[in-house]
Amino acid sequence: MSRASAIQTIGIPLQPEPAPKGHSLWGDAFLRLRKNKLAVTGLLFLLVECAVFAFTPWVAPYGFETQDLSNTLAAPSALHWFGTDTLGRDLFTRVLYGGRISLLVGVLASLVSVLIGVLYGATAGFIGGKLDSLMMRVVDVLYALPFIFLVIILMVYFGRNIVLLFIALGFTQWLTMARIVRGQVISLRQKEYVDAARTMGVTQFRIVLRHLIPNSLGPVIVYLTLTVPTVVLEEAFLSFLGLGVQAPMASLGTLISGGVEVMEIAPWLLLFPAAALSLTLFSLNFLGDGLRDALDPKGAKD
Amino acid sequence: MGLGYLVKRLAVMVPVFLLVVTLVFFMIRFAPGGPFSGERNVSPEILRNLNAKYHLDKPLMEQYFSYLSDLSRGDLGPSFKYANRTVNQLIAESFPVSLELGAIALMWALAIGLFAGGIASMKPNSFWDYVPMSFSILGICLPTFVIGPLLVLVFAVWLEWLPVAGWNSWEDRILPSLTLGFAYAAFISRLTRGGLLEIRNQDFIRTARAKGLSETRILVVHSLRGGLLPVVSYMGPALAGIVSGALVTETIFNIPGLGRFFIQSAVNRDYTVVMGTALLYFALIFVCNFFVDVAYALLDPRVKYE
Repeated sequence: MSRASAIQTIGIPLQPEPAPKGHSLWGDAFLRLRKNKLAVTGLLFLLVECAVFAFTPWVAPYGFETQDLSNTLAAPSALHWFGTDTLGRDLFTRVLYGGRISLLVGVLASLVSVLIGVLYGATAGFIGGKLDSLMMRVVDVLYALPFIFLVIILMVYFGRNIVLLFIALGFTQWLTMARIVRGQVISLRQKEYVDAARTMGVTQFRIVLRHLIPNSLGPVIVYLTLTVPTVVLEEAFLSFLGLGVQAPMASLGTLISGGVEVMEIAPWLLLFPAAALSLTLFSLNFLGDGLRDALDPKGAKD
Repeated sequence: MGLGYLVKRLAVMVPVFLLVVTLVFFMIRFAPGGPFSGERNVSPEILRNLNAKYHLDKPLMEQYFSYLSDLSRGDLGPSFKYANRTVNQLIAESFPVSLELGAIALMWALAIGLFAGGIASMKPNSFWDYVPMSFSILGICLPTFVIGPLLVLVFAVWLEWLPVAGWNSWEDRILPSLTLGFAYAAFISRLTRGGLLEIRNQDFIRTARAKGLSETRILVVHSLRGGLLPVVSYMGPALAGIVSGALVTETIFNIPGLGRFFIQSAVNRDYTVVMGTALLYFALIFVCNFFVDVAYALLDPRVKYE
C-alpha cells in the first residue's frame, strides 16, 4: 500500500481541493449573455464592423473621394459591390467611411454623456440632502426640454464641426445616466459592506474607488450601450437634414439623404446605407438589452 | 390631485421657458456671422441701414429686453429674410400644416399601437403576439428618414398608388403621417402589451373572470385603465418625438410646415424666425407634457402630488 493511498484511506486528500469555482458578477453575466442569441449576433456583427472600420483605409477597395465620371449611378456589380453614386464614387467604400464616422460620433458622444451623467449623478447621490434634491429637480426640468432643437441651432450657428457635434449630442443624453448613477450610489451607500468598510476606518475615497464605482459599473455600461444607438440615430438625423457631418466627410445620414435624392433611378444608393445604419442600430439595441438582462437577472423584461 | 399642484406645475414652466429664451437668444447672437453676411455685394451703408432697421445696432442687452417685452405681448418680431413679413404671419401659415400632420400621425400611432398591443396581449407567445411584436422591433430600430423614403419607394415609385410628395389632396397625407407615426405605433404596441399583461395577473382581474365576465369586457372595462398607464406616461416623449420627427418628415415629403420652415430659416440665419419657431416648439412640448401629467394623475389614483 503506497503512502498516497494510505493517506487517502484515512480521508485526508492528497492535494488541497480546488476552491469552489467563484462566479464573479461579470462571469455570470457573460454566461447569461451567451445564451441570448440576438445579443450574441449583435455583438458579433459589431465586432466585425469595428474591425472593418478600424482598417477601412486598407480594406476599402477605392478611395473615398475617387470619382469615375464615366461610370456614374452604376448598379451593384462585382467591381462595385454597392454600385456607384452620382459622381461615380464607389458606394461600398463610402458606406465603410460613413459608418466609421457614424459609429465614432456615437461612441464619443456617449462617452461625453457618461462622463457628465456619472459625475452629476454621483455627486448628487453621494452628497445627498438639499443639494441632491435640487440637482434632481434640475434634471426633472431638463427632461422636458427638446434638446434636439438646441443642437440644431448650435450646429447652424457655430459651424458644423465634428467635435462640437459629438459634445452637443453628448449633452443631450446625460440625464438618464445621472438618474441611474444617483440611484445606484444611494442604494450602495446603505449596504452593509460599505458600513463595515467605514467602521473599519477605510477612507471615503477608497470606499468610492473600491465599492461604489465597481458596483455601479454594470448599469452604467448597460445604459452606455443603449445610448450609442440613440446618438448614432441623432447624428444621422442631423446629417440627413444637412446639419451634421459636413463634406468632404460623410456619415450614414449624409449617404441616406444623398440616396433619397436619386432613389427613383438608383434605389441602391438609398438601400445600402439605410441597411448599414439599421443593422448597426439593431445590433446595438439587442446587445444593450441582452447586457441589461444578463447583468440584472431580476430586472424586468418587457 | 389638487389645484395647487397644477398651479405649481405651471409656475415651474415660466422660469424654465425664460431660461430657454435667454439661452437661445444669446446663442444665436454670439455665433459668428450675421443674418446679412451671406448676401454678396452689400455695401457698408446698406448693411448699416439693414442693421438699424432690425435694431441690430443697439446694445445687446437692449435688444434682449426689447425682445422679451415684445414676446410677452406675443409679438415675435419681423422676419429678416422674408421682407415685410412678421414671424407671427409666417408661423400662422405653416403651423396648421404641421399640426395636421402631427395629429394624423398621432392617430395612426395610437390606433395601430393600441390595436396591435391589445391583440398581442390576449394570446401571449402565439402567432398573434410574434407578428405584431416583430413589426414593432422594426419600427423602433428604423429611423423616420429610412422608413419614409422606403415607403415612398414602394408605394409611390414602384406601385404608384400614392403621390411621392406634396400636401394638397388627402392621398398626400397618408405616407407622411404613417412615416411619422410608425415608430410611435411600434413603441405604444409594446407598452400596451406589457401593461395589459401585467394587469392580467392582478387579483381584481381574476375576480372579474371568476364572476364570469367575458374576456372582451374584462379587457375594455377592467384592464384598460390600469394597463394603459405606461402608454399615457409615454405620450410626453412621444409628442416631443413627433414634433421633432416632423422636421425630417416635412423635408422628405416637401410639406410646407413649420419643421421645414425651421430648418430653412436656421440655414438662412433668420434670427427672429429661428427664435420664434424654436420657442413655439418648446412651448408646445411644455404644454403637452403638462397635459400628459394631468391625464396620468387622473387615471392612476395611486399618484399623489404634493
